Order: sequence, then structure tokens, then C-alpha cells
Amino acid sequence: MFRRLPDRQGDLVTFTFDGTPLTALMGDTVAAALLAAGVTRFRTTPVSGAERGPYCMMGVCFECLVSINGRGNRQACLTTVEEGMQVETQHGAATYSTEISA
Amino acid sequence: MTDRDVLVVGGGLLGASIAWGLARLGLRVVVLDEGDTAFRAARANFGLVWVQGKGLGKLEYSNWTQASAALWPSLSDELKRETGIDPGFSQPGGFSIRLTELELQRGVDAMNTLQGQPNIARYPYEILNHRETKARLPAIGPTVAGSIYSPLDGHANPLRLYRAFHAALHKMGAAYLPDHRVERISHQDGAFTVEGPWGTMSAGRIVLAAGIGNTRLAPMVGLNVPLVPSRGQIIVTEKTMPFLHHPVGNIRQVDEGGVIIGESKEATMDHHRPRTPVTAVLADRAMRMFPIIGELNVVRIWAAFRIITPDGFPIYEQSRTCRGAFAVACHSGVTLAANHAFTIAGHIAQGEIPASLSTFSSERFDVSAAA
Ligand SMILES: Cc1cc2nc3c(=O)[nH]c(=O)nc-3n(C[C@H](O)[C@H](O)[C@H](O)COP(=O)(O)OP(=O)(O)OC[C@H]3O[C@@H](n4cnc5c(N)ncnc54)[C@H](O)[C@@H]3O)c2cc1C
Ligand code: FES
Repeated sequence: MFRRLPDRQGDLVTFTFDGTPLTALMGDTVAAALLAAGVTRFRTTPVSGAERGPYCMMGVCFECLVSINGRGNRQACLTTVEEGMQVETQHGAATYSTEISA
Repeated sequence: MTDRDVLVVGGGLLGASIAWGLARLGLRVVVLDEGDTAFRAARANFGLVWVQGKGLGKLEYSNWTQASAALWPSLSDELKRETGIDPGFSQPGGFSIRLTELELQRGVDAMNTLQGQPNIARYPYEILNHRETKARLPAIGPTVAGSIYSPLDGHANPLRLYRAFHAALHKMGAAYLPDHRVERISHQDGAFTVEGPWGTMSAGRIVLAAGIGNTRLAPMVGLNVPLVPSRGQIIVTEKTMPFLHHPVGNIRQVDEGGVIIGESKEATMDHHRPRTPVTAVLADRAMRMFPIIGELNVVRIWAAFRIITPDGFPIYEQSRTCRGAFAVACHSGVTLAANHAFTIAGHIAQGEIPASLSTFSSERFDVSAAA
């Protein structure tokens, strides 16, 4: 669906999405890198389970949430991709390791 | 001059609440405000309706704050009824979390001194150790020493409160004029004329509610509003599941799920960008109070200037030389919103700040007051 502009070049970065290795350009956001790799389903909603992907690409809509290196609710469009980063689909609400009982 | 009774300079929290209060009493009000980029604490505050700990050294301030907390339910109901906007007010009681035994002891001493003042309206509070705090706030961290609880404390949604005041003002037929910064005020033949690049306007009465702008405007009508620099910083996290059902002095989880954190005070007016070292201290303390906060993503951080007098207490005053000119300033405009909308607006409508509030006159700052 998306193609990279021909004038964008640079070093490559390798990261994984749900365990699958993908390459990105250094400086890409996680959202740009995933979209360029053909991924459009970033998460499912906690309410209906509907599939979602980036909408605004500028940090305001929160549609692009993924889990990064084990931490949920990260905005893929605001996070720069890094070598070895483990990105995962976020299924429903984020989970936390601290138990909340209230 | 015939179609308006009062000019209110400043459409922030004090201006909006007092203008609404005046319009409710049948006065024809015009609010002159700056534009969207103005310094406006009304849009930047923490939203506490907070009583505990206030009034050390001035018991009238404690009583005044308690009175507003007691009037808040009526304010909330009336705004909701008039505008359909819910200011998100609740009063479940609030906790001051103390991280160390020393902090806890200081808090206890302060409450003892405060409530030991003669003529103070005493209110209930409890001192809780770690275990007792944990029983009521299960999400606290293992190193929290304890807390102080008072059932009078509550919170509101400050942006919805602000919008509700403006919607109510509009409904009452009061005029709100943004981009009408007042540069000069003159007083002649019982009329006040305000002036700016946009033109001029006159009325028989004027209320200065310009926040940090009051210091410059007040002397033009024989008033004095000294303020000291104080910057506060706020952190907002992503929305998460409810874990905190009471406001805590520096942390609260809002009805929509986000957590807001803020207790910083910096003596500066330099710039309005948040400073990282301050953010780090706020975040570190918050995580020690509630470890879950350490797992949340931060979505916003901002800094804003407080409107705070040298002794921290409000100013409500009518000019001695230019009768009909009033100045209002305080650093807890959310907490005191009910007093401003009902009580202060009533006094201004009557044309007199009563002797019972003379302790809030700016004359307390005059060096020569005793001479
Ligand atoms: C970080 C922070 C946290 C806070 N937390 C709380 C809290 O939890 N609970 C609480 O009760 N209070 C809190 N406050 C305080 C509360 O926000 C203020 O007391 C309140 O907003 C003051 O209202 P104000 O109308 O005086 O000032 P503002 O709300 O700042 O409004 C002043 C208005 O005057 C206008 N103005 C200025 N100069 C002129 C001019 N020359 N002509 C026309 N208009 C002018 C400005 O544009 C602005 O709209 C907090 C404040 C800060 C900064
Ligand atoms: S795409 Fe809108 S916040 Fe990321």
C-alpha cells in the first residue's frame, strides 16, 4: 500500500514484528517502518476487538498503539525504530506487570 | 455606557466565575480577555478542590476554603443544569501521601498547629500509617510511610469546569470578548474606560481578574496586586484502568482514566517550557507512591504560572480612591470557584467587600500600614 520515496536512503535497521524480522531505514518511526513493510493492523480495540492502524501519524489519535520491548500502549508513530527492537501487535488493553487491585 | 453595568478584565477562572455570578444576579456584564496564546492558569491547573493543610497563619483562609468546598455541590449542580456540561466534581475525601516518617511527622505537626488556631472551624482528618493507608489505597508502594486523610477534599475536571462557566455566561447573555487585551484603564466622572488596540469601552464598575496581568493593571485604579513568581509543572499519563479513587495532593486519576501528577513549585517566571529535572523528581515521587505509574506512558507535560501573592493568601479588594473598581487574585481558583461565583460576585454586585473579608485586602502588604 505504501512505497518509500526514492530519495530516502540510509543505514538499515533490523527489528521484529510479532517475531518476524523486518528491515527499516534508520530514523523511521515504528509506524512508518511497519507501514512500509506492508503491516496495517497494529492493534485490536479493547471494546469490540476491531483491527486498527495508524491514522494521524502525529501523536494525537492513539490508533497506532503497539507493544514495544514488552511494554504496551506505545505510540508507534512517535517512537523511532531501533536495532533489535521487539514490536508486537497489541491485543485489546495493555497489560502491566504491577498488579493493580483497587 | 448604558448597555453594560460591569467590565470584567480577564476571562480565566476568576473572571469567568465572577462574571457568571454577576450575570446571575441580573447585571449586564462584559468580559474582556486576551487571545488563545495567553498565560491562563484556568487551562493548566490540577483540578483539586482542596481543604486540608490550608490556612496556617491565617485561619480565615481555612474557613473561607471550607466554605467554598461546602458550596461546590451547588455550583456543580447549577452549572450542570444550566449548561448540560458536567464539571466532573466529586468529593470522596483526599489523601496527602507521605513517603518518609519525617514527611509524615511534618504533616501531622502542621495539621496540629493549623487546627489549634483559635476560632478556626475545625474539620475532621485522620493520620494513617502504611497499613491503614494501604487498606484504603491498595495501589500504594511498599515504602510509603503513611498519609493524612480529610473527607472534605475533592476534585473536578478543570477544563470542563472552565467551559461550563463560559457556556453559562453565554446563556446569561453576558458578552465574552477574546483578543481584547486591556492596556490602560482610566477613571473619570464615576466611569471606568478600558482601552486597547481594539478600541475603548466604559462602564460604572470594573473587576480586575487578569491573573498575572493584575499587577500591572491594578495601580491604574488605585489598587495593588503584588504577586511572586511560581511555576508549576504537570505530567499526564495515558489512560489506564481505575486504580485510584481519591485525589491525592499531588496525584489524581481523572474520570477518563488518565493520571495527572504535579506538585512542583519553582520561583521563576522565565519561560514556560517544562524542565526535565523537575519532571524527573515529580515522576520519581509519583512512582514511589504508586508503582503502577512507573509502567504508564507519559502523553503530555506542561508548565504554567501560578497567581500567588507574597503570603499565598487571596486578594479581594475595592479601590479606596476609585470606588467601583475591584481586584481579585488567588492561587486556588478551582477550590474557591464556588465562593467566587456566589459570594464574591454577590459582594461586588452590592458594591462592598464586607469587613469579614478585610483580612484579604492588599493593605496587608503595605510596609507603612502601621504608621
Ligand atoms: C500548575 C497549576 C496547578 C494548579 N492547581 C490547582 C488546583 O489543583 N486547585 C486549585 O484550586 N487551583 C489550582 N491552580 C490555580 C488556579 O488555576 C488559579 O487560581 C486560577 O486559574 C486563577 O484564575 P485567574 O482568573 O486569576 O487567572 P487565569 O486563569 O490565569 O486567567 C487570567 C486571565 O486574564 C487574562 N488577562 C491577563 N491580562 C489581561 C489584560 N491586560 N486584558 C485582558 N485580559 C487579560 C488572561 O488572558 C487570562 O485569560 C493551579 C495553577 C497552576 C498554574
Ligand atoms: S497514528 Fe495517531 S497517535 Fe499514532
